[in-house]
Amino acid sequence: MTDKATEMSAGDQAVGRSRRLRTAFAALGMLPVLILLAAGFQFMNPRFLTETNLLIVTQQSSINIVLAAGMTFVILTGGIDLSVGSILAASAMVAVIVSLVPEWGMLGVPAAILVGLGFGVINGLLVAYIKLPPFIVTLGSLTAVRGVARLLGQDTTVFNSDLPFDFIGNGSLFGIPWLVIIALSVVVLSWLVLKRTVLGTWIYAVGGNAEAARLTGIKVPLVLLFVYGVSGLLAGLGGAMSAARLYAANGLQLGQSYELDAIAAVILGGTSFVGGVGSIWGTLIGGLIIAVLSNGLILAGVSDIWQYIIKGLVIIVAVALDRYRLQAGART
Amino acid sequence: MTAAARIETVRQPVLEMRHISKTFGPIRALQDVSLTVHAGELHALMGENGAGKSTLMKVLSGAYRPDPGGDILIDGTPVATGDPIKARANGIAVIYQELSLAPNLTVAQNIFLGSEPRRFGIVDRDQCNRRAKEIIARLGVSFSARAPVSSLSLGERQLVEIARALSTSARIIVMDEPTTSLTSRETDRLFEVIATLKSQGIAIIYISHRMEEVYQLADRVSVLRDSGYVGTLERADLNASRLVSMMVGRDLSAFYKKDHRPPDSKRAIALSVRGMSDGNLLKDCSFDLHKGEVLALAGLVGSGRTELARLVFGADKHTSGTMELDGKPITTGSPREALDAGIAYLTEDRKELGLFLDMSISDNISMGVLARDAQAGGLRDFVKAERRAAKAVSDLSIRTRSVQANAGSLSGGNQQKVLLARLLETEPRVLILDEPTRGVDVGAKSEIYRLIDDLAKKGIAILMISSELPEVIGVADRVLVMRDGTIAGEVTASEGQPLSQEAIMELATGAAKG
Repeated sequence: MTDKATEMSAGDQAVGRSRRLRTAFAALGMLPVLILLAAGFQFMNPRFLTETNLLIVTQQSSINIVLAAGMTFVILTGGIDLSVGSILAASAMVAVIVSLVPEWGMLGVPAAILVGLGFGVINGLLVAYIKLPPFIVTLGSLTAVRGVARLLGQDTTVFNSDLPFDFIGNGSLFGIPWLVIIALSVVVLSWLVLKRTVLGTWIYAVGGNAEAARLTGIKVPLVLLFVYGVSGLLAGLGGAMSAARLYAANGLQLGQSYELDAIAAVILGGTSFVGGVGSIWGTLIGGLIIAVLSNGLILAGVSDIWQYIIKGLVIIVAVALDRYRLQAGART
Repeated sequence: MTAAARIETVRQPVLEMRHISKTFGPIRALQDVSLTVHAGELHALMGENGAGKSTLMKVLSGAYRPDPGGDILIDGTPVATGDPIKARANGIAVIYQELSLAPNLTVAQNIFLGSEPRRFGIVDRDQCNRRAKEIIARLGVSFSARAPVSSLSLGERQLVEIARALSTSARIIVMDEPTTSLTSRETDRLFEVIATLKSQGIAIIYISHRMEEVYQLADRVSVLRDSGYVGTLERADLNASRLVSMMVGRDLSAFYKKDHRPPDSKRAIALSVRGMSDGNLLKDCSFDLHKGEVLALAGLVGSGRTELARLVFGADKHTSGTMELDGKPITTGSPREALDAGIAYLTEDRKELGLFLDMSISDNISMGVLARDAQAGGLRDFVKAERRAAKAVSDLSIRTRSVQANAGSLSGGNQQKVLLARLLETEPRVLILDEPTRGVDVGAKSEIYRLIDDLAKKGIAILMISSELPEVIGVADRVLVMRDGTIAGEVTASEGQPLSQEAIMELATGAAKG
């Protein structure tokens, strides 16, 4: 009996050790990659690690990180939201159009957020209650909402050179750009919801085993509605940020393929594509990697074409890592 | 002594495993285990989960190399160890639990996958089909060699695996829990095939937790415990209590525990179900469940037991029927409603439908009561969750180093206890247990029986679905038997007469009249 006990604890320890290693790999695995990339780019161009450039990098990554935060919620449930780029465009259009209303221009921001939330809720209703596959639903809204975005401005670019909330896109607080402050706040809030609330635990549970969640009494459709709502809402916020930065919005061009960068950030951050495993901090690092990659490649003088190729390869490698992690975590 | 018997005694064993030990770093998985198997024999291998059965079979199949000092002899000749290809060439084949067939290929293509008969470098399809047909005929089964595997049932697919083993001229076939996912008809067919194989001189090593199967099939039974060899019983010496005590290392006269007072008919009714139908399999099922009673729901696989339980729990929609809980009408349109009313359901498939394997034990245990425990603003109360988990771990003796460990890291029995703990946290008045001891080792089984008994003593009404008749008889006060989606009848214990296994089987198979 004692023999067995010691044997079991030795086995448990071995299991525990490898599991801890895996968890650490999943959560932090990409941080060394980020540091290595930064060091490499610094080596190639000493302008990389300057305050000005780092501010540019974080600013450029902030909208993607906001979208990716919403995407994290969705992917944690085992879903996907392909429509965030289009929702961002439609929301940005709304933000600029509302900002043109005299006296009430500030309402552009909440209007954009509400429009995003509205589209997200429609996605959520279709996924949660009509039980359509998320990929199909959001592929549809990717196209349909893009159309709405173009319709909003009669397929032209809308401008407002006197944007009342332009500080969001171009101002700073204590030297930190508002874009960065918003992105970090979104990350911290997401962490709070995912890790500290009942709802957050339900999100992980639904992603880990939806049927078990239902049998445990969790209202799975409500959880799904919530995550798609959050994703839409954050895409709306992204739209407001984007409009504030550009003083303009164009329904056709804005936010094109942003969903792919957001998904890439989530996957790079170690969140499992099948749901149930992942963290918002990983997404933050994933988003920074993508931004560092874009910025560094430009500074290093890599042509636009090669930037595409390299970024694409990084996404594939990230999915390969995801697979490897799943295999390593496979239980018998 | 007759001539035949004398030949029997001097006959060379087809397989001898001698002094096999296997260590993984500090962990000793096998310690000096020996096993002798004769041609045409079915040798059952039993033991609790983790006793070393699978490791021993992996040594046999060449997946693991045994520690120095261990030998494997085939027909009395030592053979190379730790080499799967050589093991296969020596006639050793393993039928795995997870079937490894290509569903879109035909039976014949699967049988010869990787070793297709060739002519001029091209797969000779005619020969392939012809030889597959011969092998299938040897098994005495009736599907076509040209049928795609996807069109076959789970049981038939298993037979294809066996056919594949025969195609490599296997003489020793290892079957690891082959009946776990088979229906009773498929199980019968598998047993017929096993008999055919034995008559052709093939030795079968049969790993199973199911006593009944072992009784029915085994010529000899070897038992492993704590990585070591305990002993071998001849068929004539088989008996349940001896086998169980060999497996757990102690006498389990009180293996099944029934201390709670069996309710008399005057005891209050907890749950009353009337006219339940699902518009498909279930037709007009009615029953009463008393407080403090353990009511078993017996019947063959496919008779509708799980389906009925899921209707009561609201996991599936019913088309007609009413329920009363403690005399008040209730509706269970969803699991949430059922849980709120005080009905909890333990699924038969804990990995697919029960646990969150990537989440902590603590989260798994609290999952059903998170909202109830929550602080203002929907924030988790981790202290409460931790306390619940710690209490459950000690109450149910869940063996884990930490409640923060993932549920996936636990053994089957401990996973089952975690799932039970989650249900108990919801403080149910009616507890539906669907195969509560499936895939659970003997020690944990007995702990679960004790738990069921304790819960009944506390007045909780328990409806237990079980396919193991000894378990039904050992644990339940009363038995409902289902057949073809209806409740075929009830078996009760009468004065000094225990529940009758025969009466249950008669009702379940329809052998009884009425």
